Amino acid sequence: MGLIDGISIQLSQMALVLALSPLLTGLVRKLKARLLLRQGPPLLQPYRDLIRLARKEAVVAESASWLFRIIPYIVFATTWVAAALVPTFATGLLFSWSADLIAIIALLGSARFFLALAGMDVGTSFGGIGSSREAMIATLAEPALIMIVFTLALIAGSTQLSNVAGFMLSTGVGLRVSLGMALIALIIVAIAENGRIPVDNPATHLELTMVHEAMVLEYSGRHLALIEFSSSLKLLLYTALIACVFVPWGLAPAGAPLHVHLIGVVIFAAKLGVAGLMLAVFETMIAKMRVFRVADFLGAAFMLGFLGTLLRFVSRSL
Amino acid sequence: MPDMIEALGGAAPVCSHLPWPRRIVDAETWSELAGHLAEGRWTLAGLWGDIGAVHMALLDARQGELAVATLECPAGQFPSIARHHAPAQRLERTVSDLFGLKAVDAPDDRNWLDHGRWLVRHPLGACSTAAGDGEPYAFLAAEGEGLHQIAVGPVHAGIIEPGHFRFTANGETIVRLEERLGYVHKGIESLMAGAPLERTARLAARTSGDSTVAYSIAYARAVEAALGLEIPARAHWLRALMAELERVANHLGDIGAVCNDAAFALMHAHTGVLRERVLRQSNASFGHRLMMDKVIPGGVAGDLDRPGIDGIRSLVATIRETFPRLIALYDNTASLQDRTVGTGTLTHALALQYGCGGYAGRASGRSFDVRRDFAYPPYDTLQFDVPLFQEGDVNARLWVRIREVEQSLGLIDQILDGIPSGETSVAVARAGEPREGVALVEGFRGDILCWLRLDPAGDVERCHLRDPSWFQWPLLEATIEGNIVADFPLCNKSFNCSYSGHDL
Repeated sequence: MGLIDGISIQLSQMALVLALSPLLTGLVRKLKARLLLRQGPPLLQPYRDLIRLARKEAVVAESASWLFRIIPYIVFATTWVAAALVPTFATGLLFSWSADLIAIIALLGSARFFLALAGMDVGTSFGGIGSSREAMIATLAEPALIMIVFTLALIAGSTQLSNVAGFMLSTGVGLRVSLGMALIALIIVAIAENGRIPVDNPATHLELTMVHEAMVLEYSGRHLALIEFSSSLKLLLYTALIACVFVPWGLAPAGAPLHVHLIGVVIFAAKLGVAGLMLAVFETMIAKMRVFRVADFLGAAFMLGFLGTLLRFVSRSL
Repeated sequence: MPDMIEALGGAAPVCSHLPWPRRIVDAETWSELAGHLAEGRWTLAGLWGDIGAVHMALLDARQGELAVATLECPAGQFPSIARHHAPAQRLERTVSDLFGLKAVDAPDDRNWLDHGRWLVRHPLGACSTAAGDGEPYAFLAAEGEGLHQIAVGPVHAGIIEPGHFRFTANGETIVRLEERLGYVHKGIESLMAGAPLERTARLAARTSGDSTVAYSIAYARAVEAALGLEIPARAHWLRALMAELERVANHLGDIGAVCNDAAFALMHAHTGVLRERVLRQSNASFGHRLMMDKVIPGGVAGDLDRPGIDGIRSLVATIRETFPRLIALYDNTASLQDRTVGTGTLTHALALQYGCGGYAGRASGRSFDVRRDFAYPPYDTLQFDVPLFQEGDVNARLWVRIREVEQSLGLIDQILDGIPSGETSVAVARAGEPREGVALVEGFRGDILCWLRLDPAGDVERCHLRDPSWFQWPLLEATIEGNIVADFPLCNKSFNCSYSGHDL
């Protein structure tokens, strides 16, 4: 595969995640609204919101430090890079060979670290509450995610997502208990990481119950636009991650002709649609859990990931 | 147990006070009454100021009796009731704000409704001008290692009324909550003083918009009691019909809203549809979605025609068909129950002490409903149960409201079946002498007290409206202790106290 191909695939991947992520957010909102007997905002509303926010003046609290101003850029950059590493429509990503799943976790972890700092920077009580809750959720979600990565890596023999996807596409995989466990665990972690119900409610107006929204309460204008964009990117990233590992069909292999890549894009869009629908239905069906129950919820993900890893040592076929 | 009136002793006022007695007592009896209240013999139903006097309404729920005790305070002070009976605290602070009458030895002498932002001081007493640039407010202390404060409001992220909440928390666990209210003080009592009946009726109807029918009934009943006015039977029945529609609409809305605060928006969407149907039918039948200004002194404005009755019947049928499915949805959603069961428990003792009315009291085992215990027409001839739960948590408050919706539907059926024909209002004639009236009416939140004095010209000289929230707001503070910060919205919504009705 030529370098030009690699670069162009990588660039189109980066553009694609940017272009599609607000649409996924809009889709979930629209579907949820329809399920709740409401008309809902147009699918393209998140794009309009981002443009509107980007045009607005950014009001920064007097007590905010320089960190507060640069964090939206850091968060956006790290999330975007992480999203660029997950194969969406093709496996032949140029960056993919320089960074694996562990790097993605690290990138997202640092984005969260900075966001939590920003929450505390201004010194309002809500920011502090949000940051402390986010830190609690993160300390539970990250070990679970690492366990899931171990399970996958032991099965596929690699932490490179392209390799994992390639292995999953091969015929020798079959049905494995540990893979099922990893899938459920990954979904739980994805829900927690993206602040969806039942862990957090992205649509709430209740300051006291917020997690993610409480941290970013002080942001406005272009800063807020970047943070909202990062949230959308993160949702897309996790969807792409689950799709690439567990339903890798349709991914264009390295060196495939152009039309295969185009089909890959269409299939990816379809996967996003299905994921959005499942998320909307799931969120409609359950209530948010008590803050301290999140530990049980994520504990289950950790245990599943851990069991999945252990099973690999018991039997090669599980 | 001494009879309430006997215990009051004292002299009757110059003008007649109907339907329950008022007695002018001396300071000694006043303090004795505080003792009776503290022992839980009677319930404090209200405490409000007048020119140079304070009034206190006492309730004997078991006997179905109410009495008003008056203490004249020429020196501008009166013995504190709150010193012996905590529920009087905010009422005394309000008397001090509005009238400048000081409660002696009061445990809390901070201002309550007056934040120093008004351009007057003691607007109803010896009125003087003020700068209005605000005064610092000392919140109660909570000390300990690792405690931090969270200030919420008065402006909230959602479209709700303004009120300030100061939490002191240890991590997520709430150690103390202190409310600060008064941001929506509209000066209703000042506006009412000296205003004609029509205008005061409109003001009373706007004290708390979600209970506008109940407020209008309370006000109208107080006027009618003062003037000894008999209104047509049909008017009583139409009032009850409106009151039940209002109750159903509010309960439906709030059942969904409580679930929504646990991020279960599905329930909110469905109850929202039902509530909207009730409001639209109210508009079709009575000409206003909230039925504002439809209850007037002397009867009701307008009448209910045949299509109006049929519309309500089909509305009741729709709710009967849909509502059980929603209850089942609530009951079968474990993740929702996990949030409501055991959250925000109000003890029976506190509910009794504060005379907590409505669903908040009935969820904590205080069996009191004005419609039953002080049955006013037409409730004295209607059949209904007063649902009672003992647990006192969010779940219990929700269940009381679910059961009350069912009872109200039954009441609406009975009213539509039995409504007498005839006139809907009578003319209100002036008495030519000062008259006083008092009324107690069950709104959806609980018992609303209305006390007023009419001057010889027939205008309102003084009117006091006591919202049930006066005795529920303090209980929210007690209820939330030991709960986690993130559960506060859920507890708050399950009480759903009125800001507007409280701030007057």
